Parts: sequence; structure tokens; C-alpha cells
Amino acid sequence: MTAEVHVALRGVGKSFSRAESSDVVHALGPIDLELRKGEFFAVVGPSGCGKSTMLELIAGLTSATSGSVEFEGASIAGRIPDGVGVVFQEDACFPWMTIRDNIDFGLKRAKLDAVERRDRVDRAIAMMGLSGFAESYPAQLSGGMRQRVCIARTLVMKPRLILLDEPFGALDQQTRLLMGDELLKLWRLSGATVFLITHALDEAAMLADRIGVMSARPGRLLDVIETGWPKERDSRIVEDPRFGEITARLWRSLREESMKSMGAAGASS
Amino acid sequence: MTRAGLWRIALVTGFAGAIEVLCLTGTIDKITMQAPHRMLVDLAKMIASGSMNAAIAKTLTNAVLAFLPAIAVGILTAVALFPFKRVRNVLDPLFATYYAIPVFAFYPLLIVMLGLGDAPQILLGFMLAVVAVIINTLNGLDRVPRVLIKTARVNRMGPLATAFGVMLPSAAPYVLTGVKLAVAYSLIGIIGAEFIMSRGGMGYEISFAYNNFDNAIMYPLILLILVVSIGVNTLLGLWEKRLMLRKSGR
Ligand SMILES: Nc1ncnc2c1ncn2[C@@H]1O[C@H](COP(=O)(O)OP(=O)(O)OP(=O)(O)O)[C@@H](O)[C@H]1O
Ligand SMILES: [Mg+2]
Repeated sequence: MTAEVHVALRGVGKSFSRAESSDVVHALGPIDLELRKGEFFAVVGPSGCGKSTMLELIAGLTSATSGSVEFEGASIAGRIPDGVGVVFQEDACFPWMTIRDNIDFGLKRAKLDAVERRDRVDRAIAMMGLSGFAESYPAQLSGGMRQRVCIARTLVMKPRLILLDEPFGALDQQTRLLMGDELLKLWRLSGATVFLITHALDEAAMLADRIGVMSARPGRLLDVIETGWPKERDSRIVEDPRFGEITARLWRSLREESMKSMGAAGASS
Repeated sequence: MTRAGLWRIALVTGFAGAIEVLCLTGTIDKITMQAPHRMLVDLAKMIASGSMNAAIAKTLTNAVLAFLPAIAVGILTAVALFPFKRVRNVLDPLFATYYAIPVFAFYPLLIVMLGLGDAPQILLGFMLAVVAVIINTLNGLDRVPRVLIKTARVNRMGPLATAFGVMLPSAAPYVLTGVKLAVAYSLIGIIGAEFIMSRGGMGYEISFAYNNFDNAIMYPLILLILVVSIGVNTLLGLWEKRLMLRKSGR
């Protein structure tokens, strides 16, 4: 495949200095990775290995300590690029706004016309299974529903690059599979590049074109697995024997790393 | 009405009833205090005759002139200070000890500087109120979830849009606490200042009536002040409740 490079991370590393002491936490990298335009890329890795940090670097929310991040050929360096949508790991709904206003937030700021906005929001509400909750407030919804509001809020902006940080973390397994199907459908329709962080190996195996496996902190890419799925796919591929092989391979790479990060946590406490 | 609410009403009526009985039986003599029912009658007469209208208008106008700027200046100061960690490290302890200072001690100085008009009274009310708004707004801003600020950044919002579009709405319950305190403090400041030295207003009239043993004016005025401040606070409380109902989703 010689698809166009959409996002490029070159030797990207990130360290955090603690406010009260002089010691530095090396959180990530160095990472070298190229995301192809229009691909679905998933990242799995042990907790605390720097996945969210990597996402924030690509989104321009934080700048790299070393190396460079490029989006559509231009360096990001801590600026927020246009055309990038982010769904965060935490609940990012605005509690003082209705679900409709939450989803409409970015569209309103972009000064789109009212009819177009209403249309996009209505479709997102229907697609995310939030019909009947448009005028509710986030506190009236379950955690999984709120996460879907955040996904909808990002998708209505039609970003060219979608960054998702464990967006289905608060969902049950069945809803998770169905949301995966919706995400695949949306990805095919929009042609956007998707970067998905997940802790569910089966989710990565089912959704992605390629899966990056990260080491324990400081996170590096241990392995990048091509799944070779056809573009037209859905959750039924879990019955494919290759699905089992991919999941098994992911687990082989991750088992040792996860034990390392658990051990490190145990030793430091 | 909730059970607690009924108990509260019972408590207040019981207290008023007890004073009523003590006054009627002469345990509390007439020169010390009037029976509560007389206060109500006198208050009704006072309002009907309009004899105190000027004083009431002056005090309430000055209170509004103190607390509206206190709210605006307080919120803007907090928003401006919030990003500067070092400045806040210096100022936060000062804000915390601010209410240990008896601001009234500066009243004579304010009169010397501003003259014996309404200005020193309004300034005193403002000074008492503004810091409560600053402290509570900063407290609320400190608690805005980081992910909401990140969401604003991803939406390419500037610092001003973020402050007014995301951070202040998120901090609204805390800001409202500051606003409620500001209402009470500005009234205290104005009436206290009128009491000490002024040429009019409810505080002045109470003090004047007190010096002339005129209970038929003093007690109804005290009652009126209670009614006004409790009334304003109840209104703000109802508004707050509506905001909170939304947030907690019931
Ligand atoms: N703002 C920060 N200041 C200091 N250290 C940080 C900061 N953000 C993250 N870290 C550290 O960087 C490391 C990586 O954090 P990150 O949130 O990227 O992990 P993660 O892979 O997303 O974990 P999880 O799967 O649990 O979400 C952690 O050790 C964390 O303590
Ligand atoms: Mg994370």
C-alpha cells in the first residue's frame, strides 16, 4: 500500500517534570509512526504507558519533548490543527447544556447555518441511539450515553482525523460491538483517518486496519499488526478464525508488558 | 413542603409566639421591645404612610450600587487572576484573611476622602462584597474539570471564549455562592455605615429612632431589613435550585 501519509510521528518523546520535585517522568517514546490517510489505526498497551499522552500530542494539546508531529504535512508543535476531532477518555459533556446543545457546540462556534446544524445534530442523535434525549441534561443520562454524546459532538464536525481515547470504555460488551459497527460505517462514509485507543484487544482486532502494540511506560511501539480486513466489515468478523489469531497475537505481545507495568506499580507503591 | 421546611416554620413561629407572650405578660417591658404583632401593624402603617420610603429607597439603591459592581469586578478579577499561579500564591492567603479585617474601621477614612455623601457607604458595601465573589469564583474555576478545558482548546477557543463559554458556566454553582454572600455583605456594609454616620437610609433611621426611644419606628425597620435580605436570598436560592436541578438531572 502506498497511501498518502496523514499523520507522522518522528522520534516523538514526552517527559513530564513534577511540580514539587526535580525528577522527570519519561511518559512516552521515542515513537516513529505514520498513519495513512483514511486508515483505521488502533493502539493497545498497558495502563499508564502513554497512550493518552500520544493522542494529546497528535491533537496539539501538548508539545513533544523530543521529535516532531506532523499532520497533513505541517508540523503541529502544540498548535491545535484544524480538521481534527477528539473524544477524550473522561466524560467531557457540558453539564449545563442539553444533549442537543452539547452536540451542537462546535457547529455553533463554526457559525454554520441553523438548518444544516439541526440536520447534522438530529442525524448524530439518531445514529448514536440518543433519540428522545435531545432536550435532556447530561446528568439524566448513563455514563455510556454521555460518552456517546461526546462522540456525536466530535463527529458532527466532520473531522478529517478522528482521535478516540477509549470511547467505549463505559459501555457493555453488546453495545460496544454495535457502536463498533456504527463507527466502521461512519469511517467508511466519511473517509476520515481514525486513531483509536482501546484496552479491549477484541475491539482493536475487529475494528482496525492496523494495530499498534505499546510497551509499558515509557511507551514504545513493540509491534504493528496488519489485520488485512476488507473495508466492508462489521462485528460479524469475530466468527472469522483470523480474528482469534489476531487477538491471540496481541495478547502474546502484551502479556509480558502488562505484567511489567503491574509490577512497576506494585514496586513503586 | 418538606418535613424540614415545616419544622423550620414551626420554629420561627414558636419563637415569635414566645416573644409575643413574654411582651403581653409584661416580662419584657414596652420600652425594651414591642410585641411582634405591634411591629407588624407599625410596619404596615409605615409602608402605607410612605414616611420611610425615601430611607428605604436610599438604602436599597446603594446596596444595589455596591453589589452589582462587586459581582462584576469580583468575577472579572477572578478570571484574570486564575491563570497566574505565582500571583495567586501571593494573593490567596490575603483573600483568606480579608474577612478578619474590620473594614468598618476604614469608614472614617473613607468619609474624609469622599465626603459624607453616599459614596463612602457604597464603597464600604462594595469592599465587603467583592472579595467573597473573588474567593468563590476562584474556588469554582479551580474545580473545572481539565477535560472541559481541553474540549474548549480542541474547538479552537481562545482564552476569553474559554473563560466565559466554558469555565464560568462550569463554575456557576460556586460563583452563585459568592453572589449570595455579596448580596448579604453589601447590605451589611451599607446599613452598618448608615448606622455609624450618615444623613439618611434605613440604618440611619434605626439609629435615630433608637436614640429617641422610638420603638414604633425602630422595630418595624429592623423587621423590614430582615424581610428584604431573607427575600433576596430566597429568590437567589430558588434560582440556584433550578440550576442545580438541571445539573443533577431531576
Ligand atoms: N500532566 C501530567 N503530568 C505528569 N505526568 C503525567 C501527566 N499526564 C500523564 N502523565 C504520566 O504519563 C504517563 C502516561 O500517562 P497516559 O495518561 O498517557 O497513560 P495511558 O496509557 O493513557 O493510561 P490509561 O490506559 O490508564 O488511560 C503516566 O505515568 C502518567 O502518570
Ligand atoms: Mg489514557
